[in-house]
Amino acid sequence: MKTLKIEELSKNFGSTEVLKKINLEIDEGNFLVLLGPSGCGKSTLLNIIAGLETINEGDVFIDDYNVSKVEPKDRNIAMVFQSYALYPSMNVRENMIFGLKQAKTSKEKIQEQLEKVSKFLQVDQLLERKPSQLSGGQRQRVAIGRALVREPRIFLFDEPLSNLDAKLRVEMRREIKKLHQQLKTTVVYVTHDQTEAMSLGTNIAIMNHGVIQQNDTPEKIYNNPSNTFVADFIGSPSMNLIKGILKENSEDLLFTVSGSNLEIPIKDYDFKDKSNLNNKEVFFGIRPEHIFFKKFNESDFEINLRADLSEYIGHEQIMTFDYANQELLAKFPSTIKIDLGKETKLYFDLTQASLFDAQTEERI
Amino acid sequence: MQDSLKSSSYQQLEQKSKYTNMFLRWFLYFILILFASYFIFPLYVMVVTSLKTMEEIRQGTLLSWPSGLNLESWAVAWGGRGYGAGDTFLRPYFWNSIKMVVPAVFFSTFIGAMTGYVLTKWRFKGDQWVFLFLLFGCFIPFQAILLPMARTLGVLGISNSVVGLVLVHTVYGIPFTTLFFRNYYISVPTELVKAARIDGAGFFKIFFKILLPISAPIIVVTVIWQFTQIWNDFLFGSTFSFGEAAPIQVALNNMVLSSTSVKEYNVDMASAIIAGIPTLIVYVLAGKYFIRGLTSGAVKG
Repeated sequence: MKTLKIEELSKNFGSTEVLKKINLEIDEGNFLVLLGPSGCGKSTLLNIIAGLETINEGDVFIDDYNVSKVEPKDRNIAMVFQSYALYPSMNVRENMIFGLKQAKTSKEKIQEQLEKVSKFLQVDQLLERKPSQLSGGQRQRVAIGRALVREPRIFLFDEPLSNLDAKLRVEMRREIKKLHQQLKTTVVYVTHDQTEAMSLGTNIAIMNHGVIQQNDTPEKIYNNPSNTFVADFIGSPSMNLIKGILKENSEDLLFTVSGSNLEIPIKDYDFKDKSNLNNKEVFFGIRPEHIFFKKFNESDFEINLRADLSEYIGHEQIMTFDYANQELLAKFPSTIKIDLGKETKLYFDLTQASLFDAQTEERI
Repeated sequence: MQDSLKSSSYQQLEQKSKYTNMFLRWFLYFILILFASYFIFPLYVMVVTSLKTMEEIRQGTLLSWPSGLNLESWAVAWGGRGYGAGDTFLRPYFWNSIKMVVPAVFFSTFIGAMTGYVLTKWRFKGDQWVFLFLLFGCFIPFQAILLPMARTLGVLGISNSVVGLVLVHTVYGIPFTTLFFRNYYISVPTELVKAARIDGAGFFKIFFKILLPISAPIIVVTVIWQFTQIWNDFLFGSTFSFGEAAPIQVALNNMVLSSTSVKEYNVDMASAIIAGIPTLIVYVLAGKYFIRGLTSGAVKG
């Protein structure tokens, strides 16, 4: 039984297709993050799961029960919003029990739930306050509390941390992680922040233009991006994508850029399809953090490149190198001194490299 | 040498700017007082005249001070002289106006709030068009709807009645009240409504429990606006009602213009002030919310 299952879901606003044939499944207790740039349809998808938006095609199942036409309140879900959406005229207590009261829960049960949750979230001292008297972090907690008291099957989070300042965001992120570890409730979490997605999710579904690009564990997403969009979206700075072609030697496979003598041997790469590789136009992808200034592994590939630009950001520096007239970024500790305008020896960790078809932009 | 020269010239400049500032300040007050007196002058004349006897009015000037607190003309304006036919006084019409303005303000405000709520929080296909046509209503001149409205009131059988006037003012007020509430609710995050829907609240519950409690500023604005409009209306009142059902503004007109005998300026002035007092009261009581409501829109929750 899947806690949440979405089948062939399509949604359009007028003539704009927002979601195109989405398929998604979540097991009990998992934390799914919907990640993507703004306008990719992730919030719409969340609203559809919540029942706040209608569906044009496809179905949503919660615990194998088709809820496509079920009212939001009957879906056994709870949602935390970006603006917290606390009812301004009610105090914290009334905010938290509003849903239970609507559901005609008994007074004793309401009181019990309220005490349990407010203690758990440490808002029991704030119960008589109005939302306007709370700090950002407190509002966030109350908003989560309002979701918790209902003991839902699925928690929906819509960019809950975007309104907080940087420091508080990191704190609340950890709290949400702890919360999930303790309660083990199924969560669907929408964000555009890759760090949030990576640190929170047990699964990440990366979306773009209404299509899920890759749905995998954070490790797989980082190490084996399934197309150039995912490769580019995840990581900061994002993965270097160098355009070139594959050349087959007697037994070796080489990556070259036309008009340049730079060659990278492709060995032990896990191709999906080994045929027709000769002369294939590809993107060679390597993350800035997998380029080193000295040899760390025996298999590291040595190459000489000219350094063009250095960006110092405290704990590290981002260097831009010239790779056959294409930019190549590398991330080094800021203690390393590299001269600009000079050829520098670099080492690529080729076990971490990715190859993408230049036409389809899919991983090969 | 150079330093002292410099500092003395700075002192001169300082002095100069001080005088300029002082002059500008006095000039500002002068202008303000001038305009204030310009606006307060008619009220002064009205109040003073209403306290004079006819004898004093004939002999004194417009601005002269009354000999004493002579409230007789006020009593006459409010309650009449006590003889039968032809004695027009304001009391019954004042109550007519109250009976008209209270329900009309209530219904137009309530309907405007509802419409604004639907137009912002329950968007539907073509809602911009509905709003546009409602806005159109704000620009339709009073005169244009007189005939169709008269016919409508006739068909409904409520012409020449307070109920009829309530209907007219409610309908005519809806575009304005809708505009107010729509513009206020558009700044209320829609996520509030989403959260309430997930919590299991329905259309009316969300309106009454979530939105209405935070609408105080805009309710005040709407009430003041509607109250002033309806209370001061003369055209609808004089067109759709006459005789006993007339609102106070129509009665005031009848009193002042149709008296055949000597013009009683003191009674006229007292009547005019009485007719204006309720709007004044509303402004004084709710004025500060009026400004606040006009300027604030954002609800921080």
